[in-house]
Amino acid sequence: MKYVDEFRDPVKAKMLLKEINELVEQIDICKTRPLAIMEVCGGHTHSIFRYGLEGMLPKEIELVHGPGCPVCVLPMGRVDDCVALAEMPDTIFTTFGDAMRVPGSKKSLLQAKADGADVRMVYSPLDALDLARKNPDKEVVFFGLGFETTMPSTAFTVLQAKEDGIKNFSLFCNHITIIPTVKAILDSPDMQIDGFLGPGHVSMVIGIEPYEFIADHYKRPLVVAGFEPLDVLHSIWMVLKQIAEGRAEIENQYSRIVPDEGNDEALAAVAEVFELREFFEWRGLGSIDHSGVRMRKEFVDFDAERKFVVPDIKIADPKSCQCGEVLKGVIKPFACKVFGKACTPETPLGALMVSSEGACAAYYQYGDPDRLRELEKGELEKA
Amino acid sequence: MCLGIPGQIVEISDRVRRFGIVDISGVKREINLACIVNEDHSLDDCVGDWVLVHVGFAMSRIDEKEAELTMEVLRELGEAQEEIEAMRLSGQK
Ligand code: SF4
Repeated sequence: MKYVDEFRDPVKAKMLLKEINELVEQIDICKTRPLAIMEVCGGHTHSIFRYGLEGMLPKEIELVHGPGCPVCVLPMGRVDDCVALAEMPDTIFTTFGDAMRVPGSKKSLLQAKADGADVRMVYSPLDALDLARKNPDKEVVFFGLGFETTMPSTAFTVLQAKEDGIKNFSLFCNHITIIPTVKAILDSPDMQIDGFLGPGHVSMVIGIEPYEFIADHYKRPLVVAGFEPLDVLHSIWMVLKQIAEGRAEIENQYSRIVPDEGNDEALAAVAEVFELREFFEWRGLGSIDHSGVRMRKEFVDFDAERKFVVPDIKIADPKSCQCGEVLKGVIKPFACKVFGKACTPETPLGALMVSSEGACAAYYQYGDPDRLRELEKGELEKA
Repeated sequence: MCLGIPGQIVEISDRVRRFGIVDISGVKREINLACIVNEDHSLDDCVGDWVLVHVGFAMSRIDEKEAELTMEVLRELGEAQEEIEAMRLSGQK
């Protein structure tokens, strides 16, 4: 954890924190309950913990760590499908490293690899396509996952495979889309979120217009934020300023990377290859309408789901897991009964413990669970 | 996995496929430039550009100062090392 004095610009950080404290004084909600701000993106979660930003904010502000880590929301059944694909004969299953340790109902991809399946970590879908070129006698399946940030890369790769006439390459498409998910969170009855930090790199692709309904319909502010600690503080300040002034707008704090209109080239490739699914299953959140994409029928030959048989079985999360409640901000990670006991980054039970962008792994790594538990108890007793 | 990493494009390696070589803290690899090429910015204009690279694709052009700042944060988050390592393991040019 860092201290304000170690920030690149400690003067600016202190000023922002001072102004944040002043704004909190002006906001009525803060007099009765903590103001909840959700960071949608796992990159922000990581940054918030790494720099200890939560501890610097006044206690009237509560940060809710959202579902924005694509690895964390992967349901068990999907991991099982990956394992099934990887265990087909003459198959090379390729994936980003982050997905290797996510537990399925029987095993993770890492365990499948130990059991003899040819599972390979790649840096880019282009590497998977290269493997297909070099191994014409094998089927190469790429496990595509991620939000709109990664979608263009797999879309371009599939387009390339089609153009080059590569027959032994396919995509197991698990891409998810952020907007319906934020909407599901806003519609959830046990949810109390007053404002959002919008994801930086997703917005670099989709722009800021798709968020307008959050301001128009739900009257909540959203500020697209960078992930540098000062960016995060600045964005929180912008959210508070809106609330203090009774505004709900979509603002762009990260305009040096995120053009308001998004990236046309990337969006065109995505639209060419993908279409919305009726619904997609999320770990912890259940099924959310239109929250995932699949490949258009023009690309059936490159669609692992249609080219091969995947079990496609829904597997309920283990009973002891409380990932869903953590994801929705109903409980804090250390309140989960298995946190730090049965569930650790080495042996994750739930997906939130797998990557450094998951709320549980972040708490485990950066927060002392016992101290946090005590703190929480203290707070409860006071209440 | 979604943060990406900044690098500088040093040459165009495949005109048809719109590929170029990017230099990320001394590690070079081929990436796809399709997302940053458009009517106003030709393939050749890309040489020398600082870009944010995400899983083998240049996702947006950034200025050099932003690249430096981003790299610094990624180092502190431990993500730069991870990305560069993943890149090194796969297809270094
Ligand atoms: S501690 Fe483990 S099981 Fe509990 S919510 Fe976190 S990831 Fe899920």
